Amino acid sequence: MARESRLALVRIAFRNRKFQFGFGLLAFFVIFALIGPLFTPFAWNGLYYENVGGIKIASYGGKTLPPMSHEVITTYTGKKVEVLHILGTNINGQDLYARLVYGLRTSLWIALLAAAIGTVLGITIGLVAGYKGGWTDELLMMFTNIMLVIPSIVLLVLIAAYLSARTPGIQALIIGLTGWPWVARAVRSQTLSLKNREFVHLAKLAGLSDLRIIFTEVMPNMVSYIFMAGILQFSGAILASATLDFIGLGPTTMVSLGNILQRAIAYNALQFGWWWWFIPPGLIITLIITALFFINIGLEEVFNPRLRRE
Amino acid sequence: MGFRRYMVRKVVVYGITFVFAVTLNWLLPRLMPGNPIEAMVSRSGGAASSQLIKFYEEVYGLNQPMWKQFLNFWVNLFHGDLGYSMLYNAPVSSIIKHALPYDIAILLPAIVLSWLVGNWLGAIAGKNKKYDRYTMPLFYFLASMPYFWFAMILVYVVGVKLGWLPYSGAYAPDLVPSLSWTFIKSFLSHWILPFLSLFIVMIGSWAIGMRNMIIYELEADYVRYLEALGASEKLMTKHAYRNAILPQVTGLALQLGMMVAGAIATEIVFNYPGIGVLIMNAALNQDYFLLQGAFLIVVISVLAANFLIDIVYAFIDPRVRASYTEG
Repeated sequence: MARESRLALVRIAFRNRKFQFGFGLLAFFVIFALIGPLFTPFAWNGLYYENVGGIKIASYGGKTLPPMSHEVITTYTGKKVEVLHILGTNINGQDLYARLVYGLRTSLWIALLAAAIGTVLGITIGLVAGYKGGWTDELLMMFTNIMLVIPSIVLLVLIAAYLSARTPGIQALIIGLTGWPWVARAVRSQTLSLKNREFVHLAKLAGLSDLRIIFTEVMPNMVSYIFMAGILQFSGAILASATLDFIGLGPTTMVSLGNILQRAIAYNALQFGWWWWFIPPGLIITLIITALFFINIGLEEVFNPRLRRE
Repeated sequence: MGFRRYMVRKVVVYGITFVFAVTLNWLLPRLMPGNPIEAMVSRSGGAASSQLIKFYEEVYGLNQPMWKQFLNFWVNLFHGDLGYSMLYNAPVSSIIKHALPYDIAILLPAIVLSWLVGNWLGAIAGKNKKYDRYTMPLFYFLASMPYFWFAMILVYVVGVKLGWLPYSGAYAPDLVPSLSWTFIKSFLSHWILPFLSLFIVMIGSWAIGMRNMIIYELEADYVRYLEALGASEKLMTKHAYRNAILPQVTGLALQLGMMVAGAIATEIVFNYPGIGVLIMNAALNQDYFLLQGAFLIVVISVLAANFLIDIVYAFIDPRVRASYTEG
């Protein structure tokens, strides 16, 4: 595959309406996660910090203020600061906009890491199983199918409950370790259809090692599949991480989207009608996953011209 | 004869999966850092003296060699002994026995009905491009929603704002489960919202799957051939639908895990007394026996459901039977 034709594919992708929509939406949230903190004076935990002689002292805002409320916060040293709570505050007087932005960061980071781990693992297992065949294939696929049937969320809960300190990295690791079977299956079936092509036979005749053939001859021919599988991993990881956080097994040191929702339930935000606490985080999760869906359908149409419906 | 071989193969595969899951369940706590007994003892109020820990280790047989612990685990499992929950002060098996019916009560109807309705809506969307233009984004939006978030919206709008339906628990707190009319009425009114929140979100993914399959099948050669023969559109759709429904049955097996995950989180929103709430309480209170018991029961239920779907699939797909009689 030449460089030019790949560039052409990218150009076709950006002309695809569904891809445009999905990519635009996703890009919006990524940019929002990156520059969002510029629009608020609050720190990641939604508190206002004042620097007093090198020590940062936090002050809280008013409790459960609705969105766009202005407030004058009196800091530790008695200074009065006027602040704007873009998305209101929660029961502890923490700014929800700040928590949302930093929570989105954590969630995206965890999902990216988990998707990378799951995809790499799945590719490796799928390639080896498909290319080697025989007993290796039987055993690896047996393992893959077993992991597919066991609901990953209960496995995640079981593992996470034993960890007393949970960092985003560890959560990403365990999500990645349970998410790979889908990728492995897709990659294996692709490998099966590729491994009897002429160029693979030629590479074998040329005396290349199995490992080299797998990674330099077979894998580059399924980049599109791997890319799409990776996107699915990403959306699966966002959902898994949000569910895990919601059950109360999220990162112990950071705020995440699922964590905000868990707090909202724990403090009866639904009953008291504090909608600004629980609507935005869930809406963002939903829109990100929708965006990933649309990116995938768009890419499918790009890679498989038969599907283009125009 | 072919069918029997298919069944034997399936039974073997599910048997291996079961053994694997149980082994994992046994192995994970032993791989994890820290001492669960210590955590449990200190959780339940007592100071974790070394004597007390030793006592519990003896009670749970943790001082025996590994192979014997593994054997004991299996023996206990087949006796229905899943350990003792410190949080609920009751045997794990009896706690789970009381929780499981509630899960089945919301999950089973939600899955079956959403499958039927979703396939129906998806088939319409696949056939009709004008309708498809508006519904497709909606289906994708539905399929993207975390179950528990939609549940929260339902609670807020229908339960709190409009005040139409109760949204906490499985029946009114002043009632005792019985077969009386008041209890059934209370149970049903508490059941509607959890059911709806699963049902509506599930429709999305079924509809998407069906829509894509119908589009694919309507372009297949056999439909073109039917068209060339002058068959009516109804006949063509019927054949396409029959072929498209098969992957949806397989999809049922593949999506089961996701739906169980959704149900667990949804139960927490409604404080619905199923396995989901048990799992949350067990995880947050480090009640490891309960957690492991819940894990086992979920895995066993999902395996059983998968097995059932495999049997159904063999009956409705003639190709499965054929492939096994020939091979």
